[in-house]
Amino acid sequence: MTADLWTALFIALLAAFTGYEVISRVPVLLHTPLMSGSNFIHGIVLVGGIVALGLATNDVERLVGFLAVVMGAMNVTGGYVVTERILAMFDRSRPKGGAK
Amino acid sequence: MTSPVQDAIDAVYVVAILAFVLGLKAMSSPATARRGIVYAGVAMLLAVVVTFFSPGLSNFAWITLGVVLGGGAGFYWARVVKMTAMPQMVAVFNGMGGGAAAAIAAVELVGSLSGATAVLSFTGAIIGSISIAGSVIAFLKLQGWMPSKAIVLPARQVLNFGVLVVGIGFGVAALVGLHAGYLGPFFGLLLLYGVLLTLPIGGADMPVVISLFNALTGIAVGLDGFALVNGPLGDAGYAMVIAGVLVGAAGSLLTMLMARAMNRSISNVFFSAFGAAEESGGTVQGSLKPIDATDAAVMMEYAGEVIVAPGYGMAVAQAQQKVKELSDLLSAKGVTVKFAIHPVAGRMPGHMNVLLAEAGISYDKLFDRDEINDEFASADVVLVIGANDVVNPAARRKGTPLEGMPILDVDRAKNVIVIKRGQGKGFAGIENELFYKENCRMLYGDAQAVLSQLVTALKRS
Repeated sequence: MTADLWTALFIALLAAFTGYEVISRVPVLLHTPLMSGSNFIHGIVLVGGIVALGLATNDVERLVGFLAVVMGAMNVTGGYVVTERILAMFDRSRPKGGAK
Repeated sequence: MTSPVQDAIDAVYVVAILAFVLGLKAMSSPATARRGIVYAGVAMLLAVVVTFFSPGLSNFAWITLGVVLGGGAGFYWARVVKMTAMPQMVAVFNGMGGGAAAAIAAVELVGSLSGATAVLSFTGAIIGSISIAGSVIAFLKLQGWMPSKAIVLPARQVLNFGVLVVGIGFGVAALVGLHAGYLGPFFGLLLLYGVLLTLPIGGADMPVVISLFNALTGIAVGLDGFALVNGPLGDAGYAMVIAGVLVGAAGSLLTMLMARAMNRSISNVFFSAFGAAEESGGTVQGSLKPIDATDAAVMMEYAGEVIVAPGYGMAVAQAQQKVKELSDLLSAKGVTVKFAIHPVAGRMPGHMNVLLAEAGISYDKLFDRDEINDEFASADVVLVIGANDVVNPAARRKGTPLEGMPILDVDRAKNVIVIKRGQGKGFAGIENELFYKENCRMLYGDAQAVLSQLVTALKRS
């Protein structure tokens, strides 16, 4: 393994603890929005898709990389809009009694 | 390696990661939840935009086209879909992430088939493929385009295991340098495995499954990140490792919390074919006793306390606004109205809270199962609106498919009125003993229409 991989492994361990700590003691009410929100965050895969497609040198890589970018971009925008729509309903500042 | 451009990009990645963590933290408390998604959104925008400026990239036309196509489709689809369909949308967009992770792994594998990088990509490819295939099946089931009942193939444990082993075999064959062409059947069989794994899972368990696939996608993204850190643009890889593993850990914990709320274990969800089992142990005694809206309205009007137990039927009928009207009218007449929210009423934890909040029903009237379960015995009327499995007393008996699932003890109330569209069974596909009890009356019809009748009847009196 290279030094970069070891660094990444240390980082991954810390990230795992962070994820665990951030979620513990969350009310049931927020399970769905949190699932949706974390679904949005793994949309970071789009960054990997852009790198993969950007460095592609033959047609197979370009095609598969393109698929990665399309799917990653869907994950990002769809994930954001869905989460935002769910959370908008928790907003207490809206006038009571009025559905849109 | 550290040009000023690369330094600037890395600085933005660091800020983005910080905003992701803060955003996730904010999303775990109701007061700050909405701020959280905005933090995360800004972080994502920054991370994606600066990646475009990474040195050495080409194929910009393709990248832009992909972002516009995928981004536009996701945005449009998520905007137009109804609130009731949100659970399956989470499944779809999660599947897209898993697919993207699998595709990136494929590009890495085609590029180089050796070393630690290849092994990491390989693992990412396995997890990503299972995640996208499983998520698509979850979507089809929740959307009703496929029967939500558990579908059980003969000898499925052996079949599933076989598909997995042969699929991984092809992948290993490609890895040890036989031929990159083996990657085709490798991905094909793993996608098939994702489908086979999800088919036997009944609709009631879908929230747990979607949450698990969400965590898996996070892990796949993290593994892709590992594979990328060795490449020419390694810093994008670190961002993916952190965000991916963050979601993987948070998602795994969330999955366990959800499973615990349903009193199910993860292995139980995946390997017990819940909902396919035949009802065993005694047939249901008694008969269904219908009631009309006017009588039901009178019953509630003269009650001291009414507890409403909403379910998916209310969501489908978009009846939450009528529920609010009914609740206001009853309150005005001096009746205490409370709402009992089962953790998995609807299709996902928190689904009912969201819909009722949308209609403007105050939070202090909403109670968790644990908070209100002892109160049913003293309630005069319980109004069940389109809920079924979560109020089925069969869950208390051994040997039924619902065994052990925590339920709302509505059958202990003095009177139960059930608003229900027809005589069909619940999501789990089993008969509901509650409906046959002496204290239970059935009010048939679409929830919205029936509630309108109740409201009219109450206004008249």
